[in-house]
Amino acid sequence: MRASQLETPALSRHYFRRVAWRGHFRRESVLSGFGLTLGFTVFYLSLIVLIPISATFLKAAEGGLASFWAAISAPRVIAAYRVTFGCALVAALINTVFGVLLAWVLVRYRFPGRRLCDALIDLPFALPTAVAGIALAAIYAPKGWVGQYAAEWGVKIAFTPMGITIALIFIGIPFVVRTVQPVLESMDFACEEAATTLGANRWQSFRLVVLPALIPAVLTGFALAFARGIGEYGSVIFVAGNMPMVSEIVPLLIITKLEQYDYAGATAIAVAMLGISFAMLLTINLLQAWTRRAESQR
Amino acid sequence: MIKAVPSSAQDSPLVRGVLITIALGFVGLMLILPMGLVLTQALGHGFTIYLDALRDEDAQAALRLTLLAAAIAVPANLLFGVSAAWCIAKFEFKGKQLLLTLIDLPFAVSPVISGLIFVLLFGLHGWFGEWLRAHDLKIIFAVPGIVLATMFVTFPFVARELIPVMQAQGTDEEEAATTLGASGWQTFWRVTLPNIKWALLYGVILCNARAMGEFGAVSVVSGHIRGLTNTLPLHVEILYNEYQTVAAFSVASLLMLLAVVTLVLKAVIEAKAADFGRL
Repeated sequence: MRASQLETPALSRHYFRRVAWRGHFRRESVLSGFGLTLGFTVFYLSLIVLIPISATFLKAAEGGLASFWAAISAPRVIAAYRVTFGCALVAALINTVFGVLLAWVLVRYRFPGRRLCDALIDLPFALPTAVAGIALAAIYAPKGWVGQYAAEWGVKIAFTPMGITIALIFIGIPFVVRTVQPVLESMDFACEEAATTLGANRWQSFRLVVLPALIPAVLTGFALAFARGIGEYGSVIFVAGNMPMVSEIVPLLIITKLEQYDYAGATAIAVAMLGISFAMLLTINLLQAWTRRAESQR
Repeated sequence: MIKAVPSSAQDSPLVRGVLITIALGFVGLMLILPMGLVLTQALGHGFTIYLDALRDEDAQAALRLTLLAAAIAVPANLLFGVSAAWCIAKFEFKGKQLLLTLIDLPFAVSPVISGLIFVLLFGLHGWFGEWLRAHDLKIIFAVPGIVLATMFVTFPFVARELIPVMQAQGTDEEEAATTLGASGWQTFWRVTLPNIKWALLYGVILCNARAMGEFGAVSVVSGHIRGLTNTLPLHVEILYNEYQTVAAFSVASLLMLLAVVTLVLKAVIEAKAADFGRL
């Protein structure tokens, strides 16, 4: 007992110093396991994600800036950017319109088959992209279920940029619906009722009352669908035709370069795309923070 | 969630009819039609041909590899997800927002690039290529590469589902258990886990669907060696490119079954979780 009394001041000084240091990094908690779980999390994250991605940037830097720029600005690469971003943009815009419409119908109306429709919205998340790809190719080919009617009008859907766009619409639709739906669900009707009382018709109250409240979620959904679209590979390649300069997407170009053992070229394009993806991720994070703020203000 | 819509916020029957028709048309054309096509193409030539395509040796090998990759990637990411959610949701520390963003990274990366990064590490011309060859180890164009790529693309799934749920639940219950003398493990098993089991299951199911269905990333690292490094989605591609349409759609129907099972389980879990108010 005497011994512990003697030790106490030294121990507590040591203890307080530790608490002071940790308090700077994290707030004290009675729960255990912080060190273990954070340690494992950072270790696994580094091993699977951070080190491989950093290695890619280092590899791209090896060749020097001039060859990097030459690799990402070749005419065939520029054409692939145009196809990828153009199709992803058109698909995301179409998805924004239909996504908001679907979310509105699923939240506001009751009709037979509503629950089935709601569940099916997630199909593109669950269906392997290769399956979607071969199915869409078969449907929109000149002799397919839909393609034959388009062919009568002289329109070719599959194996053109239009086919790519349709695949990206399929892939992107759940992003918009699932972002807008919860916001619509939590919205109360007081403002709409007030608008009606003040003499607004339904369209006015939708356009002036509901839509402004939805804007952050709609933009987030659009950005998510667009970001997914520029990276998409599996569902697109079967229906794209993959003609260089015309219907070749960037991910396919990366694979083509790899198959030709042009590792430097593939890496340069990949790093350019990674840069764009990270910028998109940052934008989406900001948009989501905006959505949350708008939610909490209501 | 069903709320009564007041009459002033109701659309006219005409508007409602038109919008519902457009919605059903979109769902029918974009979502149901592809599923119908896979089924008719797979079964259109009779059930025996369908079964033969599934019994094919290469298809069986592809199925085994797909199951193997998922059996490694899903538990690994489950362990990571629980661990990440525990430190992020139950503690306050600096750099948390950065950690959250980094966990999301794999979602932002194109599948093809997800495969490429491992080729650049472990491929013949990669950082560890020489060393691996000297030790007669193979990662790229072999099973370990497929497992790694699968782990990368499914990395955030469980963590993303768990973190918001655990954050919403706060730390009161765990703190009470600890104060009453429970150890860290006891607190986790008896207090936290029962609270998060639906979210956990939800994350695992989505993670599994992506792990079994991944195409782009696996395609880059696989090398497409039949019977050895071919997963089910890659096998679909090979058959399709060889104009073995019936076989391709037969194998594709297996993957579609996976998607349907995933959606059904998801709906069941959402209903269960709504009863408990936890998801």
